[in-house]
Amino acid sequence: MNTIYAINGPVIKVRDTKDFSMREMVYVGEKKLIGEVIGVNDLFTIIQVYENTDGLKVGESVYTTGSPMCATLGPGIISNIYDGIERPLGDMKSISGAFVSEGSAIPSLNGEKKFDVTVAVKVGDTVTAGQIYAVCPETPLIVHKCMIPPSVKKATVAYAAPNGQYTVNDTVLRLSVEGEDAELPLTLCQKWPIRDPRPAKQRMPVTKPLITGQRIIDTVLPIGKGGTAAIPGGFGTGKTMTQHQLAKWCDADIIVYIGCGERGNEMTQVLEEFGELIDPKSGRPLTDRTVLIANTSNMPVAAREASIYTGITLAEYYRDMGYHIAIMADSTSRWAEALREISGRLEEMPAEEGFPAYLPSRLSEFYERAGYVKTLNDSEGSVTIIGAVSPQGSDFSEPVTQNTKRFVRCFWALDKSLAYARHYPAINWMTSYSEYAEDLESYYSENVSPEYMPLRQEISTLLVEENNLMEIVKLIGADVLPDDQKLIIEIARVIRVGFLQQNAFHKDDTFVPLNKQLLMMKVIIKLYHEAGDAIKKGVLFSDIVKTGIFDKLIKIKYDIPNDKTEMFDDYEKEIDDIIGKLGRI
Amino acid sequence: MAVQYAGLTSVNGPLVCLEGVNGVGYEETATITLDDGTQRMGRVVQMEGDKVILQVFEGTNGLSLKNTKTVFGGRPLEIPLATEMLGRVFNGVGKPIDGLGPVFPEKYADINGRALNPVARSYPRNYIHTGISSIDCLMTLIRGQKLPIFSGSGLSHNKLAVQIVRQAKIADSRGKDFAVVFAAMGVQNDVADYFRRSFEESGAIGRVAMFLNMSNDPIIERTLTPRCALTLAEYLAFEKNMHILVIMTDITSYAEALREFSSSKGEIPGRKGYPGYLYSDLASLYERAGVIEGSSGSVTQIPILTMPNDDITHPIPDLTAYITEGQIVFDRNLDQTGVYPGLSVLLSLSRLMKDGIGEGYTRPDHPDVSNQLFSAYAKVQDARSLASVIGEDELSATDKCYMKFGNAFEQNFLNQGFEENRSIDETLNLAWDLLCMLPASELDRMSEQLIKDNYDPKRAEKFQ
Repeated sequence: MNTIYAINGPVIKVRDTKDFSMREMVYVGEKKLIGEVIGVNDLFTIIQVYENTDGLKVGESVYTTGSPMCATLGPGIISNIYDGIERPLGDMKSISGAFVSEGSAIPSLNGEKKFDVTVAVKVGDTVTAGQIYAVCPETPLIVHKCMIPPSVKKATVAYAAPNGQYTVNDTVLRLSVEGEDAELPLTLCQKWPIRDPRPAKQRMPVTKPLITGQRIIDTVLPIGKGGTAAIPGGFGTGKTMTQHQLAKWCDADIIVYIGCGERGNEMTQVLEEFGELIDPKSGRPLTDRTVLIANTSNMPVAAREASIYTGITLAEYYRDMGYHIAIMADSTSRWAEALREISGRLEEMPAEEGFPAYLPSRLSEFYERAGYVKTLNDSEGSVTIIGAVSPQGSDFSEPVTQNTKRFVRCFWALDKSLAYARHYPAINWMTSYSEYAEDLESYYSENVSPEYMPLRQEISTLLVEENNLMEIVKLIGADVLPDDQKLIIEIARVIRVGFLQQNAFHKDDTFVPLNKQLLMMKVIIKLYHEAGDAIKKGVLFSDIVKTGIFDKLIKIKYDIPNDKTEMFDDYEKEIDDIIGKLGRI
Repeated sequence: MAVQYAGLTSVNGPLVCLEGVNGVGYEETATITLDDGTQRMGRVVQMEGDKVILQVFEGTNGLSLKNTKTVFGGRPLEIPLATEMLGRVFNGVGKPIDGLGPVFPEKYADINGRALNPVARSYPRNYIHTGISSIDCLMTLIRGQKLPIFSGSGLSHNKLAVQIVRQAKIADSRGKDFAVVFAAMGVQNDVADYFRRSFEESGAIGRVAMFLNMSNDPIIERTLTPRCALTLAEYLAFEKNMHILVIMTDITSYAEALREFSSSKGEIPGRKGYPGYLYSDLASLYERAGVIEGSSGSVTQIPILTMPNDDITHPIPDLTAYITEGQIVFDRNLDQTGVYPGLSVLLSLSRLMKDGIGEGYTRPDHPDVSNQLFSAYAKVQDARSLASVIGEDELSATDKCYMKFGNAFEQNFLNQGFEENRSIDETLNLAWDLLCMLPASELDRMSEQLIKDNYDPKRAEKFQ
């Protein structure tokens, strides 16, 4: 019998045993707390416990399970809210009340709910890994597809249940696998170890954008489906707000929202808001396409470490069905801190700022699980990871931000001074970058307009020029600049306030389709060119400002509803008129 | 009779080690009796084989390896809870020190509490009117929120906390459901006295429970003080349906106690020597604020912390702000120019206000007015920094306008008396009066309609 030898916070040790394997899931003590083996040596087996260890005693038993930490995958995951080790918080509440309690062995999926299953194979069929054998509607938006587990390479169907109502634990299929005597029963659900990436046939290049309806992202700093992005920002710069906006509006099929070591009230907000908000594309509440993983900052720290892996495993499972998934991880810094805390309890040699030396490899393992793939059943699916980073002291040179930067291809740096001016989203266009812009160029040219990317470049160039000019303005004031430079500063203001700044609480501005983004850029750049030409011909810049056309363009985002893009023609005409009139005088 | 363990194996700072111990649970309490009959309380913090490490709440002065007898209590640290604890004064571990005898407990509860299930929370939406313009308009306090005050030594954070308590209608006769739980951690006796006197003067003392750990009290006690206070707060809020305001001062002393304790345990330090789990530990306090379904009570927290060297990037304010729902930040310059409360508007924030203000809560124009004030005040800073380079005379007309606006805003809006209680209408009208100092074209966060209804340069004349 294996018993506890030492206890230190969430870390316990078992002495003199050879029964445990690395990363095995175990039950600890009489309450059967869930734990995971994180170290094995000749003297001790070290276990991290995912629950509160108060009251645990030396000498209590530790039980092996023989399998690694697994996520249960099957219909009923979508619209649910889980803790870091996939225990449904809703069910937990009905069992133990408003406060989280320990040792509650609650199944991840509701075993009583019946799904309307259509079996897709018949007796005698040969099936391979990843093949879909049954489908059932999971929510009004998502059809759940049960797939042959990747471990089964090739098998023949020995029994297939008729179409009908089944629970997740009913056997719907039995397979005879080559070289094995016993038939393999398959239910609607399966298990997968959370730390192992699920296999896919082939990784594909990222060529389609994840359309978010946020102008600064879609236009200036785009991200592709299957891409990775980091949102670093000090407190109060709007990391969570940005992630909420993306979760609400991006065109992924499914959102996995991981609240990792963050505020409880924020998770409640997501729960309430997403239940009320209607997705404009489907007319259904957003919860129909969202899974929440909530491990708030006061919940056990080891489960916080696991929550990231649980989340990505769920995402990969749906990717394999051919869906596009976006993961919001808020915040990866809290996850890194959980690593640091456990590492400290193990008395490992710390690297930078007390973080363990394996921090970069863990981060890269996580971000590398994103990607656009051809699945085992030859459909296309993707997992996009958008991770928030909370740098200590808003200092981007700290280890988590720096290491994350190496593994992501989109960097949306949130800026304090923009946030103080209540310029949201406070993504700093000078320090942020996206490596996807080139990869996505052909998509934008073919599907929106060939002008899109050239206009984007012009916008970016103007912002850089403004930044350079501001250095001078700060020293000597704007009045001494020549008229053409004053125009750059004014047009850049229009871009900043009228285009980059976006109001999440305005019914039209909260989500802007690509087409309107294009037209907004077009009308701004048109004004820039025409005003520039007029100034060359001797028209005074101050006269153009007096017409109020700049301020009028700033308000376009509110004044033109998303579905009335023909109104842009009036604006273009007005610009022609104004400049034409000034040119004549 | 429980097993008594004679003697100790080692003593290290606030920690003692015992060997040959069986059947003791993690986090269990222990009573250490000295030869002279005095008793101290301790708690299990680490166990390895038959070796147990205890932290001693009252400190280890006078302990030797042989003059003690230790008895384990068989349960984690619990405090007695009762509604009658309001109006009483306790020490840092919940023992009455006001000479009124022991508390008659309605129940006992573990001071560590349990994590609130996010599903069981309700999203906080009811705003608390504090009567302080800057807070009500720009960083609105919401019932169930945790909104810390970041201050520095010598600034008027205590005064502000007292004013909030008084004006949040806690002393009101109608406010039967209101109560204050006050936790002092490592504060000077003067400060604790100031709070007690202020509560007495405002007549609120009968509805205040005070947990006091002074700066000369043991540090282990200090790490338990906020937990005792919050356990009482949770009990009153969620079982007795009361609205509880918890004031905790000073979080900096608390974190320093934690650091001292961590280093005596020989733990690997994170930033500035604070333990790597400082974030999780602070979160275990702050996350105990909230509103839950099925109870009409709420726990609202106003933790106060003094930023070491006024540095907001120091780990304590930094980690705090990552957990709390915003922050109220003091500005030393404003304070020194006599503005009370001298709050730094741009650094301050209330994350929950967006859902608790506006139509149905305060006034429909509130969100736009506060956005516009923030944005205008940010431009004031730009104008000021430009003025410091090229001189005020060289500024453009708009920038000059902003300079004037900035001064009027600080003197008339931020600045208000300690006794002055402004209604939300007064506050928002004052904000409009100030905004009318600016050209209408600068009000870029407002809709045409709002500007048409409210904008009138005459309103600003009194500030000229």
